Amino acid sequence: MEPVLAVLVGLLVAAAVYLMLARSFLLYLFGLILVSNAANLVIFAAGGLTPGAPPLIETGALAPAGPVANALPQALVLTAIVIGFGLFAFALVLAFRAMTELGTIESDEMRIAEPPEAGR
Amino acid sequence: MNSVILTAGTRVLVALLVLFSVFMLLRGHNEPGGGFIGGLIGATGFVIYAIACGTDAARAALRAAPETVAAAGLGIAILGALMAAITGQPFFTGQWLFLGAGEDGDKGLPLSSVLVFDVGVYLVVFGAILTLVFALEEEI
Amino acid sequence: MAASAGRQRTALTAGAFLPTLLPAALFAVLAAAIPEVAAGAVLRGALDWVPSLGIRLSFRIDGLSLTFATLITGIGALIMLYSGQYLHGHPHYRRFMLFLTAFMLSMLGLVLADNLITLFVFWELTTLTSYLLIGFDHGTAKSRRSALQALLVTATGGLALLAGFILMGLAGGSFELSDLLADPRALAAHPWYPAILVLVLLGAFTKSAQVPFHFWLPNAMAAPTPVSAYLHSATMVKGGVYLLARLHPGLGGTDAWFWALTLAGATTAVFASLMALRQSDLKQALAYTTLMALGTLTLFLASDVAVAVTAAVTFLVVHSLYKAALFLVVGIVDHATGTRDVARLSGLGRALPVTAAAAALSALSMAGFPPFLGFIGKELTYKGALALSSVPYSVAAAVLTANALMVAVAGIVALRPFWGRAEPEPEPGRVPHEAPWPMWVGPLALAVLGTVLGLRPGLAEALVGPGVAAVLPGGEAYELKLWHGVNVPLILSIATFAIGGAIYALRRPLAAALVRAGAASPLDFDRGWDRLLDGFKVFAAGLTRIVQPGRLRAYLRFTFLTLLGVLAVTLALRTGLPAPPDLPALSWRELAVLALIAGGTGLVVTTDSRVAAVAGLGVVGIGVAIVFIVYGAPDVAITQLLVETLVVVLVAVALLRLPFLYRDGRVLHRPWDAALAAGIGLATTAALLLVVEAPPDRRVTDFYEVAAVPEAYGRNIVNVILVDFRALDTLGEIAVVLVAALGALVLLRGVAGRARG
Repeated sequence: MEPVLAVLVGLLVAAAVYLMLARSFLLYLFGLILVSNAANLVIFAAGGLTPGAPPLIETGALAPAGPVANALPQALVLTAIVIGFGLFAFALVLAFRAMTELGTIESDEMRIAEPPEAGR
Repeated sequence: MNSVILTAGTRVLVALLVLFSVFMLLRGHNEPGGGFIGGLIGATGFVIYAIACGTDAARAALRAAPETVAAAGLGIAILGALMAAITGQPFFTGQWLFLGAGEDGDKGLPLSSVLVFDVGVYLVVFGAILTLVFALEEEI
Repeated sequence: MAASAGRQRTALTAGAFLPTLLPAALFAVLAAAIPEVAAGAVLRGALDWVPSLGIRLSFRIDGLSLTFATLITGIGALIMLYSGQYLHGHPHYRRFMLFLTAFMLSMLGLVLADNLITLFVFWELTTLTSYLLIGFDHGTAKSRRSALQALLVTATGGLALLAGFILMGLAGGSFELSDLLADPRALAAHPWYPAILVLVLLGAFTKSAQVPFHFWLPNAMAAPTPVSAYLHSATMVKGGVYLLARLHPGLGGTDAWFWALTLAGATTAVFASLMALRQSDLKQALAYTTLMALGTLTLFLASDVAVAVTAAVTFLVVHSLYKAALFLVVGIVDHATGTRDVARLSGLGRALPVTAAAAALSALSMAGFPPFLGFIGKELTYKGALALSSVPYSVAAAVLTANALMVAVAGIVALRPFWGRAEPEPEPGRVPHEAPWPMWVGPLALAVLGTVLGLRPGLAEALVGPGVAAVLPGGEAYELKLWHGVNVPLILSIATFAIGGAIYALRRPLAAALVRAGAASPLDFDRGWDRLLDGFKVFAAGLTRIVQPGRLRAYLRFTFLTLLGVLAVTLALRTGLPAPPDLPALSWRELAVLALIAGGTGLVVTTDSRVAAVAGLGVVGIGVAIVFIVYGAPDVAITQLLVETLVVVLVAVALLRLPFLYRDGRVLHRPWDAALAAGIGLATTAALLLVVEAPPDRRVTDFYEVAAVPEAYGRNIVNVILVDFRALDTLGEIAVVLVAALGALVLLRGVAGRARG
């Protein structure tokens, strides 16, 4: 499965980069979601994949009975998902606010705080 | 969305979801679950309620403003971390109390500062998501 | 100068003398240590600071540091006394005294430090406090510019010095000066010696204003006169000289050291004496004579001939005494008349008798007349120059030129204004009058001291001898005497007076010629400095325009290109690319995940419809959740699915109110972006393949697995990590979530508020 995940992560990252470079901020947001997913998968895969056994300990036992999935990347990914959601929501609101304030969702036109460019 | 069936069904669903979210929160230390998941489930319940009956009804049902809930959650989490100060241990050291622990290995009802912290996590996630969703629903 | 004539008439309160107490007390303590140190003792004290890096707050008092320290505290006390009167009634008087005291303590720390890093910290503190003092009159642009210039020049040198010190500490195996200098020639033999030498000299030369870093010193005269007297003659600029003297045993004795110091010193001395002659402002003239003195001192620290080093240390004391006195005299003249223009001042001797006496004694010492200490100093400089084996005559010629010019400048600056026909009112409305005693006592004391030490050279030897011994371990100081019989130095002295007198007589045409020559010269360091700064600004503006164009896409391109570069370099450094994955042998599970994620991604990238794009994102999320479920991560999977649900809700509410997608989402529209994306995608895949080849390091996880139940009473290891083992991280994360929500709330409320209003 690791090679498949590696290919999928590459695909997700490529799609995310392409979308984030688009003029529309909306596509940027889509890219953000994809790249968050890719990052989570990278962390998860880098910790090693163990099919089946969740990192839980039987009642009464002091340690897991057999080899179980790596708990550390799981903890990292879990919080990353929630934070990624917060980031996405904030960026979405930012896009919406930009739309109402500036009348555009194209990031190239959001230059109200920048000095004028030569030749423009 | 003024569907009577949805409105009526939602009340039951929301109650169940909130109950389930508390269940997930409490069992989280030993089984899949915990503050993050519990908070997400609870928030989902209220989000459904807000979609079905409107945010005013959802806010009324929640009673407290969601941003207040979230901020209080952060406060509770810090409080849980500070409980270690009672015994003079470092910040965040877990404090445990086993109510009714018996001699025969029965650990009784475990209460801990870790649970307090997890409740704080629950409330932050729950409140933050509802803050976002309610605001988006109302302001846009 | 803003101080008015009326202000100084008001009586001083006792509080005005308070700042004088500290330097006076320190001076008393240090002076009491002179006999002991003269007998060869070295006093030490130390405190650990950063022991792991070998940085200690260690101090030592040996002959050299004691010479400097007594000068710093002694002159400091007199300057404080003077300033109390000079700035009496000034609105920022207290601030001034605070700065001055802070400066004095930094300087004291600098000369007493026995640890390179400690020394450097004090070195920088003197730079900072002198910035505050030069810019004290911060209302004027000139002061601010001068202060900034001094700060930038000396702090740049300071950076070089720090680098040199670190190299030195690493090369020598210790940051303690005592250890480093214990083996005198070890550093000089080290392969890093050239780098160390260049860096340290850069620091010392900028601080001591050697050509070509001299230009900040005359500008620094924008400071109030007591500051000029203290910082720019007696102490701060001598910091560089102190450093050269202190490191002389470790770094000196090589050809590189000799030539660097000789050339810099001689150039500075001759250049500065010529410049001094053309100044009409008394303070400016004195500033250039200070430069000359610094050049001379550097020159005589170049060799390890005992006479030359004795000349340096003696001249250091001589110069500090007369130059501080003369600066203070200029301050009094300025105070009394309102001008410092040589051409407009004459015959002040009648109105300012005490000041005139102090000026005369100091000027004679400066010119090097017997029986003043200056004469002994000058004789020694000739002896020292002639003792240099390699280049005695050129050095002697340079010293003769400089000394002769000093004679003339001493006459112009310190004698002319007090003699001749008295101007009743050099500046309209200002009748010259003698200064109150706290002002004249300083210069008078210093001038008298210069005379007494000249008549009784044995007293001066108590300061000079141990100093020389510290610079030249085992070296004997040359005996200080007024009369050595008729010899070459005496003849040179007489020649000095003759040439100096001639220059004095011809001063007007000479000054005019020098001004003309200066105007014609293409070398203008001060303007060059401005041009350098302007160049930096243009460079910075250009760079900012490139790296901060204010376009999200440009930032992202930079970021992604960098990422691609880092990944590519990492992969190139690894041996070869990983083996390509064996795709045909996929299980149905893997195929399902592959189909979901790849299909969803493809949909998001290619579709024109927002609804379809959101659906594609959902499919990707579910595919990822399946991975989590299959590989034993139920908590993560649940979280992922719940978040996916909420994203759909948010998107349903908000996204559909945003405008439609644009056509440039299509691959064909942006081939370069597509190429960049493909490159990063491939590199990521390759990197991840390499990562998963190696078994993961599970040591941390192993600990969590065995500690979860016994120590944290929890059977869900993921949750135990989140709320117990790594709870502090979680606290930070929920704080981020809260802030994101509150930020979004504020943004949205702002929209609504505007719409309602």
